[in-house]
Amino acid sequence: MRFSGFRILKEGLTGNKGWRPHWRDPEPKAEYDIVIIGGGGHGLSTAYYLAKEHGLRNIAVLEKGYIGGGNVGRNTTIVRANYNLPGNSEFYSHSLKLWEGLEQDLNYNVMMSQRGVLNLFHSDGQRDYAARRANSMINQGDDAQLLDREAVRRMVPFLDFDNLRFPVFGGLYHARGGTARHDAVAWGYARGADQRGVDLLQNCEVTGIDVENGRVRGVQTSRGPIRAKKVAMVVAGRSSQVAALAGMRLPIESHILQAFVTEGLKPLIDHVVTFGMGHFYISQSDKGGLVFGGDLDFYASYAARGNLPMAEHVMEAAMTLMPAIGKARVLRSWGGIMDMSPDGSPIIDKTDIEGLYLNCGWCYGGFKAVPGSGHCFAHLIAQDRPHPAATRLRLDRFRTGRGLMDEEGTGAQHNLH
Amino acid sequence: MRLPCPHCGIRDIREFDYMGHALALERPAPDAGAAVWDDYVHNRENPAGETRDLWYHGLGCGAWLVVHRNTVTHEVYGAQLARDVKGAGQ
Repeated sequence: MRFSGFRILKEGLTGNKGWRPHWRDPEPKAEYDIVIIGGGGHGLSTAYYLAKEHGLRNIAVLEKGYIGGGNVGRNTTIVRANYNLPGNSEFYSHSLKLWEGLEQDLNYNVMMSQRGVLNLFHSDGQRDYAARRANSMINQGDDAQLLDREAVRRMVPFLDFDNLRFPVFGGLYHARGGTARHDAVAWGYARGADQRGVDLLQNCEVTGIDVENGRVRGVQTSRGPIRAKKVAMVVAGRSSQVAALAGMRLPIESHILQAFVTEGLKPLIDHVVTFGMGHFYISQSDKGGLVFGGDLDFYASYAARGNLPMAEHVMEAAMTLMPAIGKARVLRSWGGIMDMSPDGSPIIDKTDIEGLYLNCGWCYGGFKAVPGSGHCFAHLIAQDRPHPAATRLRLDRFRTGRGLMDEEGTGAQHNLH
Repeated sequence: MRLPCPHCGIRDIREFDYMGHALALERPAPDAGAAVWDDYVHNRENPAGETRDLWYHGLGCGAWLVVHRNTVTHEVYGAQLARDVKGAGQ
């Protein structure tokens, strides 16, 4: 089934009776060439690119819940490539390029909206850093513009520019950044993978990983054992538990990141705006809700809901930056479980077990990475060598100390990101 | 979440700084070797369920606590002074 304007017109005129489920609900086979553990955005895109780019077909994606029910549906939908350090820089650049062609590639409307990401700065020191970061982005081949205060004012006039503590000095504008509809990204990749023969097995929790003589042989699941030549773990949010099934300990600590949405409002915010002096960033969904979030709750948690202190901090930061938001009523808040790595950057690598691959540590950056992560992970699984855009996302960088990607410059240790 | 400080009683979480897993009390010997130190500094069991981690009562008595709590439910079972926990282990 292909989507098109004609198809929508036809279905509209015939009672919408012709739509069919977007993917099959197959029974697990006894054996696959490749088993992907985790049917989130990253797992689905990995399966999609394995089938599309590498011509592989005998693949299963194992999801313990349902497609789109994990972190891919619990984020704030922001897409960007505005990183500063080698490693992250080329990887997110690669991912953004995939985002830009994604809807045509998937024949699926993911509501990709390149509305621009504006990172505000509030001091001379922050301006210097923004200029450096902008140059890094331009050197990578992406777009960046340093805006002065008046240019920012024309763009987002509702901010408190003369706030006594945190006046707005200007902003780093990344025009190709924006938002996409997160559920549709999961569904689009799921449909694309299914159409290419990938089995999406939902309600299929992995309970064991079979390893013999240093080589992976398959997995034990709640729907029976499945043999596999290669197994890929891509379960950010539960990475430590799944890796433990293969006897591995990961450099990951799980934390909660909260987000909030207000009632639907008329168009107010055209871009994604981030506050440089407190934990607050905001955009407006197509439905009208103001979607905003802050920083981690800063203690290990799997609760998928936050605590009050960070919620209060985010609201305070929101009122500091844009007092008008005080008139909006918050509808909901939620939390996503973040795989926090010591340096705040992700891992896509092989493991010491032959045929077992690892994709984890997405910290607070997982959503925008969905296409790039799947594309690079598929390359690693199919060809046993890293994709050029992901050569630095190594697991052993913590042990060796080489190639750490500490964007915040706080040190590559837990609790600092 | 509220934490039971042995000195101050039950206090709001805002008074505390999270200092990571209580693994930090089991610091390896300086000559334990690179692999042991790598594991100690970077790798974590990261349990989904009961855990013991370190909290610093910075806006209270200044004590370091080992808090026994649940990472899934946020239930807090109890807390001890890190000094006592470390002393008992040696």
